Amino acid sequence: MKQILILAYKLLVNDKGKYFALLVGTTFSVFLIVQMTSSFAGILTKASATVINIGASIWVMDPAATNSVLSNVPMPDYVLDAVRSINGVKYAVPLYSGTALVKLRDGTYQAVSVIGLDDSSLVGRPKLLEGDIDDIFAENGFIVVKDEEFPKLENPKIGTDFELNDYRGVIVGIATVPTGALYGTPTLYTTYYRAITYIPSMRFTISYVLVQPKADSDIPYIKQQVTRLGYLALTNHEYQNAISSYLEYKTSIGTNTLLMTIISFLVGLSICGQTFYTFIIENLEHFGALKAMGAKGRELVYVILFQAGFTALVGYGLGVGLSTLLITAAKLRLPEYTSRLTYTNLSLAFLMVLIIASISGYAGVRRVLRIEPFEIFRG
Amino acid sequence: MPKAAIAADKLNRWFGVGEARTYAVKEVSFEANWGEMLYIVGPSGSGKTTLLSMISGILRPNSGSVAIDGRDLWSQSDDEIADFRLNTIGFVFQDYHLFPRLTTAENVAIPLILQKRNWGEALSAATQCLKIVDLADKAQLPPTKLSGGEQQRVAIARAIVHQPRILVFDEPTASLDGETGRKIVSFVKAEILTSKRCIIMVTHDSRIFEYSNRIMEMEDGRITGFQQGQTV
Ligand SMILES: Nc1ncnc2c1ncn2[C@@H]1O[C@H](COP(=O)(O)OP(=O)(O)OP(=O)(O)O)[C@@H](O)[C@H]1O
Ligand SMILES: [Mg+2]
Repeated sequence: MKQILILAYKLLVNDKGKYFALLVGTTFSVFLIVQMTSSFAGILTKASATVINIGASIWVMDPAATNSVLSNVPMPDYVLDAVRSINGVKYAVPLYSGTALVKLRDGTYQAVSVIGLDDSSLVGRPKLLEGDIDDIFAENGFIVVKDEEFPKLENPKIGTDFELNDYRGVIVGIATVPTGALYGTPTLYTTYYRAITYIPSMRFTISYVLVQPKADSDIPYIKQQVTRLGYLALTNHEYQNAISSYLEYKTSIGTNTLLMTIISFLVGLSICGQTFYTFIIENLEHFGALKAMGAKGRELVYVILFQAGFTALVGYGLGVGLSTLLITAAKLRLPEYTSRLTYTNLSLAFLMVLIIASISGYAGVRRVLRIEPFEIFRG
Repeated sequence: MPKAAIAADKLNRWFGVGEARTYAVKEVSFEANWGEMLYIVGPSGSGKTTLLSMISGILRPNSGSVAIDGRDLWSQSDDEIADFRLNTIGFVFQDYHLFPRLTTAENVAIPLILQKRNWGEALSAATQCLKIVDLADKAQLPPTKLSGGEQQRVAIARAIVHQPRILVFDEPTASLDGETGRKIVSFVKAEILTSKRCIIMVTHDSRIFEYSNRIMEMEDGRITGFQQGQTV
């Protein structure tokens, strides 16, 4: 077995032109698939930025609000009290999440995301790079997140003031968060109370109720009770999934990514399938000669599958390497470059490359099994 | 009495179906002996290659039987027949069928590789055989860099590397000039034919008749006669 696979390897690799074309095909295809899915994964992570950054265990929201954290549906105050009284709830606090317009010193306006943290606990507070978290309670205090959108606010410093919906605001801290937001707006944190005072709102003001259960085992009961109230409770993970699946299945981002992935797959398949089949056809008389000399059909099948599989693995390695290189290089230049290699992407690309190899290999195997050594013998 | 190397009995092979059925080989019976170099001659289309294929385990006859050293060939399983080709037969194809992307030595080693011997062993045996055919210095070249006569000798080295007892040659001199052809066949006769071997050679080439022990003539799929070749 090993002996004939070495032969298979030599026959493949020594055919430099074909081997190169096969590698280019698989590498390119893997590269495209990984790029597409990674940038999509990056988008998904960013879309869940608020959920990730606030980090609460359970999010209570209006059932209509699961699509995106920026388009929440405000809930009345009694929901907060009702949730607090559920058995197994350690604490529950309100969170405000909305948008406002900031008037910059040069007179232009910039949209910002504003997050209002519960005044008494500041649950979900960001990590501060500069300033003191208690200053959030100071008059007009806002904390700005230093992310790639930060320059849009003209790189504010502590003490920089601005106008927000005709109210005065002052930067009292500069913070960092794990995940930058997708929407291209800078983020300001303030207290819940100040947020609802400064930003005009509808009758109801609570965007989310953040819940900490006493124990994980309390979660199902809490969810059930929230459902009874007519609201929806999702764990951090569930909420991220809900946002992801919305983007995946209900927006053009998801469909386009899917389409591009399928196209990359088809491009790879057609390049590799074609080249591999040509490779087999060109070597057909050699396979026939091997058969005549006493190679068994299944040995020739191993030879072909090995050749297809080997090409696939090398191409996969090169493709993933190339993607990693590119993403890393891009991130060095653009710190917030929206692309993320995940195990799911890598497995998906691997699966696709295996399918490409199987289809190409299958066509080759069928052809080779049909060779009659007699035809070779007759010349 | 020793068993015949090859005993063919009433071999038939036809192609096509119904009206279009034509016999390539019809009711052919003959024996070839160990230590013998038997030629098969006849006009184009007379069934020589078809016959050669049936006695070497490549083409299944429609009827009749082949016994190799007393053992019936075509009643064996496909795997056994493949093993028979691998272990008992050395093939020299008309157009050589050498692998252009392997070295000459690797080409010669192929039967041993198919026998699952390891590469080191196979390559040293191959180099040994290349010495026999006087091509030791070309071992590392691809066969495409060799002349026609040299390629033919590589094919012969490949056919003998695994020490098969029966060698089948189909038109080995067809693409060689007369002098080269004679040299190769006289070499085969002198160096490769032993009393434990049997060589069957299909040829049109009357210039090499002198090296045969016996010549079998075919026409329209039938044997029309035997001639004594050069007497040993
Ligand atoms: N696969 C096939 N299908 C149909 N007819 C075939 C096939 N193989 C051989 N034949 C026919 O069988 C006959 C004998 O063919 P074969 O190749 O054995 O002749 P040959 O004596 O080797 O001829 P040549 O000297 O030209 O090589 C020919 O008439 C040929 O057309
Ligand atoms: Mg012929």
